Amino acid sequence: MGEDIKLMKGNEAIAEAAIRIGVDGYFGYPITPQSEVMETLMAKQPWDTTGMVVLQAESEIASINMLYGGGGCGKKVMTSSSSPGISLMQEGLTYLAGAEVPCLVVNVVRGGPGLGTIQPAQSDYFQAVKGGGHGDYSLIVLAPASVQEMADHVKLGFDLAFKYRNPVMILSDGVIGQMMEKVVLPSAKSRWTEEEIKELNPWATLGKPKTRERNVITSLKLQSDEMEEHNHKLQAKYQRMKEEEVLFEEFNCADAQYLIVAYGSSSRVCQKTVEIARDKGIKLGLLRPITLFPFPSDRIYELAQQVKGILSVEMSAGQMVEDVRLSVNGKVPVYHYGRLGGMVPSPSEVLKAVDEKLIGG
Amino acid sequence: MLEINDIIKPENLVYGKTPVLTDSVMHYCPGCSHGVVHKILAQVIEEMGIQEQTIGVAPVGCAVFAYNYIDIDWHEAAHGRAPAVATGIKRLLPEKMVFTYQGDGDLAAIGTAETIHACNRGENIVIIFINNGIYGMTGGQMAPTTIEGMPASTCPFGRTPERDGYPLKMSEILATLPGTCYVTRQAVHTAAHVRKTKKALVKAFENQKMRKGTSIVEVVSTCSSGWKMTPVNANKWMVDNMFPFYKLGDLKNE
Ligand SMILES: Cc1ncc(C[n+]2csc(CCOP(=O)(O)OP(=O)(O)O)c2C)c(N)n1
Repeated sequence: MGEDIKLMKGNEAIAEAAIRIGVDGYFGYPITPQSEVMETLMAKQPWDTTGMVVLQAESEIASINMLYGGGGCGKKVMTSSSSPGISLMQEGLTYLAGAEVPCLVVNVVRGGPGLGTIQPAQSDYFQAVKGGGHGDYSLIVLAPASVQEMADHVKLGFDLAFKYRNPVMILSDGVIGQMMEKVVLPSAKSRWTEEEIKELNPWATLGKPKTRERNVITSLKLQSDEMEEHNHKLQAKYQRMKEEEVLFEEFNCADAQYLIVAYGSSSRVCQKTVEIARDKGIKLGLLRPITLFPFPSDRIYELAQQVKGILSVEMSAGQMVEDVRLSVNGKVPVYHYGRLGGMVPSPSEVLKAVDEKLIGG
Repeated sequence: MLEINDIIKPENLVYGKTPVLTDSVMHYCPGCSHGVVHKILAQVIEEMGIQEQTIGVAPVGCAVFAYNYIDIDWHEAAHGRAPAVATGIKRLLPEKMVFTYQGDGDLAAIGTAETIHACNRGENIVIIFINNGIYGMTGGQMAPTTIEGMPASTCPFGRTPERDGYPLKMSEILATLPGTCYVTRQAVHTAAHVRKTKKALVKAFENQKMRKGTSIVEVVSTCSSGWKMTPVNANKWMVDNMFPFYKLGDLKNE
């Protein structure tokens, strides 16, 4: 037995991975369908092993601001929540983005609007990808489609967060959070020492020695010209992400005449749809964005030269479809198919939509 | 007669600016209490030898630029969120000295939940609470601490409890929480009061060193611009009207 394979829920995988890769602090507030993240962490008592801090905050507003504090000190800090809680974090997220504080936020999305349902949905795409809070900013958004990726994206998320000094969001949903699958957990790594943090993150507020200027974590620039310059710097950073960090996966795209674009749990459903379609001789392919920001626009544009039409399948009223349309820029028709309010589409239901909208259309 | 250059020799110096205070010119209005509190806070940081381990959390309010004046590492928090930010810092850096510096709107209105829960967890931090009874930065609107009858731009004929609710005695509330070890209310309008407030700050940071829980130093303050008074009249108005309601002294000292 070489690899250590475990069976667990997506939410548990997030917690296990966090302890293993040396996360310094988790701050959160309970909400279904992701409460297992904090419950797993508390049960594991990582403060006795790795020294990781786990704290239940009084609200999501407090949790995200605890991240602002811990992340500003150059520590690896994270939180998890579901849609209503993530809405409360939007103020904090825009401050973190503005002050360039790295952190990881996991959204195990449930159906909305309002209190909505505790069932899975993908209706927070706009909020995650288009900013969510005020001002011109972007989060890096990762979309895991398996329990394995829930674990893997914790490390990937922190690598990107520190590379760019930017908050990273894992945009998951109730399906991925709750379902159980086999997972290989990342190898154990110790937490950064204070010396390592000083070396890697010279901007961190660890107390000001005589040898350097004071470090200030702030998003405030009252002079318009300075604020414009800061905005240009942020935009240049987002541009670099678009050039260097796009991730996606393709199924049967090489000879595809029709294309589905779907992420997260929808992409799992659509993979099956592609298999059924292929059995019937329909040349259907699937592109699964792994990063939602930055979005795989270039590859979708390339595929638009080859296919007759594209269907964006999302558990929402049609959000990612706008980015697919922008990528394709009118080259081929782009349609949306989705279920709402916690309903998960079946593979045959999606195939019917492919037939009606793409092939018949 | 001594020449000026003979007088300013180092051996004749009896008082000087602490190096923890930067050379930046403060933006505070004449008569404002923030500048005095900044000065004694910087002195305390110097005298306790904690400059290299101290991390401050600045509020949204007139003290938003505190990081320009006190030469330590800082976080500039969103409005009211400083105690949550300080919690994140202190939990991950328990050996450092962490404090928040907040106005009454920041601490007792928009940040009430963060304040109460940080204190109730007994976060091992110092909270410096500038209570000037008004929203200074945004131009003199009513604060949660505005006393009955006191005018502000959003209650121009005076605070009326039937419409505006009652002034909030936040320190009294915080003193009831088991997580707080020291809650004191001070002022800085006379030299004697400045000395007492400085002593209170020393005690608060010493509590943090001893990991005793949350220490709160409230400073009843003036805002001559927001109150639309001269600095001298503002001090007098504070003594006559604020002190009877916000009584100075220790509310808790364990
Ligand atoms: C979320 C949010 N709401 C409102 C404001 C506007 N605002 C800035 S400072 C302030 C009040 C500050 O008053 P106080 O905390 O008493 O501090 P002071 O300026 O009197 O020192 C307000 C309402 C803001 N910056 N953010």
